Amino acid sequence: MSPRPGFILEVDKSTPPALFWHGEGFRLEKLPSGSRVIYPPEALEPVEDPITSIATALENPVGDSQPLSSLLFPEMRLTIAFDDLSLPLPSMQSPDVRQLVIEQILETAAAKGVDDVVLIAALALHRRMTESELRHILGDRVYDSFAKTGRLQQHDAEDSSNLIHLGLTDKGEDVEINKRAATSDLLIYVNVNLVSMDGGHKSVATGLASYKSLRHHHNVKTMVHSRSFMDPHNSQLHSSNWRMGRLIRDSGVRIFQVETTLNTNTFPESFGFLQKREWEWNLRDRAGYLAASAALEKSPPWLSRKVLHSIRSPYQLTGVTAGEVEAVHEITIRNVFRQQLVEVQGQTDILTMGLPYIGPYNVNSIMNPVLVYCLGLGYFFNMYKGMPLVRKGGVLILSHPTRREFDPTFHPSYIDFFDNVLADTTDPIEIESKYENTFATDPWYVHLYRTGHAYHGVHPFYMWYWGAHALDHLGAVIILGGDPKTVHRLGFMSATTMSDALEMAQSVVGPDPSLTHLHSPPLVMSDVK
Amino acid sequence: MIVDRLSGKAIFITGSTGFLGTALVEKLLRTVPDCQLYLLIRPGRTSTAADRIQKEILKNDCFDLLRETYGELFDEVIASRIHAVSGDVVSEGLNLSDQDRRLLSECDVVIHSAASVSFDSPLDQAVEVNLCGPRRVAEALIGARKEFETTKQTHFIAISTAYVAGKRKGLSPELPLNQTPFSLELDWRSEVSAARAARSDVDLKSREPRTLALFRKKAVAELGAAGEPVLVAKQEKLRTQWIHDEMVRAGIARATSVGWPDAYAYTKALGEKALLEKVDEVPISIVRPSIIESAMLEPKPGWIRGFRMAEPIIISYARGLLKEFPGVPEGVIDVIPVDMVASAIVVVAAKGPQNGSPEIFQVASGSRNPLKYAVLVNHVRTWFQEHPLYDPDGQPIMIPDWSFPGRGRVQAQLENTSKFLKALEQATGILPIRGSQADFIVDIERKRQAVDSALGYVELYGTYAETDAIFKIDNLMRLYSSLSAQEKSQFSFDPAQIEWESFIREVHLPSVVQHARVKTTPTKRPAKSREDRSRSQILSEERHLAVFDLENTIISSNVVDTYAWLATRRLPKLKKAFFAAELALQGPSLLALDRKDRGDFLRSFYRKYEGSRPERLQRDSQEFFNAYLLKKSFPAAIDRIRRHKSLGHKTLLITGALDFVLEPLKPLFDDIICAELELGDNGLYKGRSLSIPPIGEARASILAQYAEEHSLSLSESVAYADSTSDLPMLEAVGYPVCVNPEPKLAAIARKRGWHVEQWDKAKGLPPIYLPIGRSM
Repeated sequence: MSPRPGFILEVDKSTPPALFWHGEGFRLEKLPSGSRVIYPPEALEPVEDPITSIATALENPVGDSQPLSSLLFPEMRLTIAFDDLSLPLPSMQSPDVRQLVIEQILETAAAKGVDDVVLIAALALHRRMTESELRHILGDRVYDSFAKTGRLQQHDAEDSSNLIHLGLTDKGEDVEINKRAATSDLLIYVNVNLVSMDGGHKSVATGLASYKSLRHHHNVKTMVHSRSFMDPHNSQLHSSNWRMGRLIRDSGVRIFQVETTLNTNTFPESFGFLQKREWEWNLRDRAGYLAASAALEKSPPWLSRKVLHSIRSPYQLTGVTAGEVEAVHEITIRNVFRQQLVEVQGQTDILTMGLPYIGPYNVNSIMNPVLVYCLGLGYFFNMYKGMPLVRKGGVLILSHPTRREFDPTFHPSYIDFFDNVLADTTDPIEIESKYENTFATDPWYVHLYRTGHAYHGVHPFYMWYWGAHALDHLGAVIILGGDPKTVHRLGFMSATTMSDALEMAQSVVGPDPSLTHLHSPPLVMSDVK
Repeated sequence: MIVDRLSGKAIFITGSTGFLGTALVEKLLRTVPDCQLYLLIRPGRTSTAADRIQKEILKNDCFDLLRETYGELFDEVIASRIHAVSGDVVSEGLNLSDQDRRLLSECDVVIHSAASVSFDSPLDQAVEVNLCGPRRVAEALIGARKEFETTKQTHFIAISTAYVAGKRKGLSPELPLNQTPFSLELDWRSEVSAARAARSDVDLKSREPRTLALFRKKAVAELGAAGEPVLVAKQEKLRTQWIHDEMVRAGIARATSVGWPDAYAYTKALGEKALLEKVDEVPISIVRPSIIESAMLEPKPGWIRGFRMAEPIIISYARGLLKEFPGVPEGVIDVIPVDMVASAIVVVAAKGPQNGSPEIFQVASGSRNPLKYAVLVNHVRTWFQEHPLYDPDGQPIMIPDWSFPGRGRVQAQLENTSKFLKALEQATGILPIRGSQADFIVDIERKRQAVDSALGYVELYGTYAETDAIFKIDNLMRLYSSLSAQEKSQFSFDPAQIEWESFIREVHLPSVVQHARVKTTPTKRPAKSREDRSRSQILSEERHLAVFDLENTIISSNVVDTYAWLATRRLPKLKKAFFAAELALQGPSLLALDRKDRGDFLRSFYRKYEGSRPERLQRDSQEFFNAYLLKKSFPAAIDRIRRHKSLGHKTLLITGALDFVLEPLKPLFDDIICAELELGDNGLYKGRSLSIPPIGEARASILAQYAEEHSLSLSESVAYADSTSDLPMLEAVGYPVCVNPEPKLAAIARKRGWHVEQWDKAKGLPPIYLPIGRSM
């Protein structure tokens, strides 16, 4: 039986309550009759044999590219860059797809007598990964043979000795990237294309860039004009990256792009209910839901978090493509849309969604209030093609406890940002002009980014810019079940119950509003007509 | 007639900086235009007698009326009439200059008002001032008159107290004490020498090894491991305090053993006796007021100076601290407004001495216009019900009902409560508590102090509320009736004119509340704004340096954690468990060692690093910082350091922790002063520090040296620390800040008004129970 496509349910009296993620737990909320619930397509069938598929892709590249084996020669400098832990979410069960691809590349390189191979984690301004995280992505064999000899590196956007300025784009954008990568005879980039924002020229132009380069597209103006940044053809974020990517190519950096796509088999059997439509829950799913939600509710947040972050996702490979960046990415995006896209007719007054315990920037860590904001207004709001799911001036209702909790090791500048910047203003433009430079160049944050495991000092600003388009578009944001003080600091309203939230929403959008619920997991992207 | 008689006269006054003295000076200046006032003032350490007149007398709001009358001429007029005489009533001959002795010899009236009015003065101090003082002044006068062969008559007026009558019941006449019934014949000279001897006895006793050990124990209990200089200073302070307390106790004991309620009344009584022996050489009058309270009319209704006997009791009651005060409801509480006493003295001076025998005037209300204790209490209670005080949260304080219990019962109750709280304080003091929980302990301490001071009031003033003596005022009334109608209104001292209800409710209580600076409006949290103010002072651009302690100030961790983490980092799992168990077993003895001597404690940990490889420790420390220290850090502390830096202050870390552990913290500070291990020839660490670890009092001197080298002023600097072992460092700077203080430091901070910050670890992280090293 082939997987069913996405589905829009219209709620009536007999519809069971809808499942909402609520941070480290869940809520079941009865939605008003007439509401729509958007369900993603079911998980696609995976490729039969991942290893064969990878080998085939490497030797049968697309676009203007030769097979991998013919690009390798004994005296060459080879650099393999790879996506960091922010993908996929949650982390996948071992072996990680990047491990499979890199092992295959290394085998081919070894057979070709290539000695000078360096692995670089394409962190951009993300935190340095820990040993166990790197081991998870690369596997013990690769880790042990590269880490000890210093040939496993994590990109350092503040290491001026290992950055190279390749020039300016025709729009005057600096292109400055990792020197080792740029000066290698071949740069192979291994990606995991979880959502349509990832991949393509963004891999190298963002993942291996410096702050000087990133600030040309990681800013409020670009983000407000990326509608959405999940739709590469309508995103200024992407046009900027594409300009940079082409400049990198034209300046002689030879890139061999390997992109992979996964299906939406996001949770293991024990959390199977998360993957199913509520009215199809069987006895086992109900029991699973009751057990999981009761256990999570009774545990302190840190314990629930520990349990949830230890979940490894049974993702399966649905496609692997290699070759020239743009040709590869066209195929990849088609694959991603095939898995995630659902056609939706018309916008809604109120959009509801539950936010999970995890987002790209808090793997093995706390989803702090700024990340809650970014996941809701940045990521989920932008999961659209065409026009936003919610109308201009509409209301977004997010469900998340939104506690004032921060990880001082991973997110030190976020604490500062929340306490000192947001207390002053929540306006992205004002924040950008008044505070960005200080945080970006703060020596303490640079120190923690380079030597510790901290996100770069400027990173919380990017989170705030990510939501700029939504802030601009929405009439109000309500966080259901959020800590009132914390939510207020974000500039939003909090509600204790869904009916309170709906009442508050009606004071913004008027009586008798239309409501749409974006059901997740797994990930879903709306094609709004 | 009064004005005429005193006009142009020279009047010598002692005790003019006191409550009654100030009122008297003002009254004379205002009502007797031409008299000259010579004020005997003891010069201060830095101020002359004339300075003290300006600061302590003329600045008082008592002179508002005169300032208004004279306007710009005030200073000129005053200068022409008030003359400072430098001297001291506790020195023989009053320490007068030749010129001032001549002045004294030529005075027409001497009013001796100087006294040690505190009911709990040390015995010898009360004896010197109250017993010997009057006679000394009289002798100085007689001596000066002989020296300069003065012939004109001088009238000596001594201010005493009605309570020289002692604990007697019934009528107390206006007679010298030896002429009253039941008077005890005491030789005042032997009382004086006994009191002086008592001081040296107690002093000797305070130096006995056993007593000294007691002070040491107490100092340690209060300050913990604060370092030798601080402890020694505290110990000496405790000794001085102990001598003081012993002498106070000796005073009360001696007084009650011979029939007076306290050392004040006892020394005043004997002072009269010693003085009256001189009546043949100088004519003497004695004025004996009862309890002097705020002015009824002059210089303005409610004028009062200093916090006197009834005021602290009234305020304690209104604050709900004092639930009961013993007293007999139908008993008479003898209160007299200060302006009546001042008027009476002026009239006595104008009247002149009685030839041959001393004349005594009691100024008291009890016999003519008695105020019943129950009536007073009732007025106080209803007034505070209508005008409640407010607690810091802006809530009105409910005042307790007064049930007129016996003194014994109240005293026993208070004593028990005090004992219980003390035990609780001691029990909780041993616990390793800090932060907001420490506040709870400090609260216990404050409650105990409140109970103790209530107990003090009951012990001291109890008899005054229970006194059954009625002071006769026949002489006073005879004097009053001799006045003309106009004089009666100008120098009013007839107690019958006091309307108790309006005096208490409209004059006295509003004045008391105003002087107590208590909260009388329900506005919220003035404490908060005070905190904000002191924080903005700390974060002012004018500060020079911010110095930080590490453990429990920036990071909730210690050397034990560090060692344990680093030592277990590379151990296999099972061994980690063994190690943890072993360390846990050592816990209590480590804690004890730390309490006893921090230096030894640190050294024992430095030794454990013997034979370690520096590079490996450095690498592991980096990991320790990310996996452990940052998670246990106080984000607010890091924010504070950074804020000091951004304000241009120098930032300095002084800690006994080891340099390799602190490496990742370097960018936060301009400088770090810490311990370093000695490196052996083999490239491995030796288990000892290169220099004395920067802890305790060493920190204060390191800090001083650092400040000097960098030309920074410590009085413009801020220090952050958490424990009493940091006291020397905190005391060295102008802006000490206690971070999550342990109970002892919290108590000290509260007493000294130091800024306190409660900083917490980041919320939401899994708790770390054991500092076991593992890779992230």
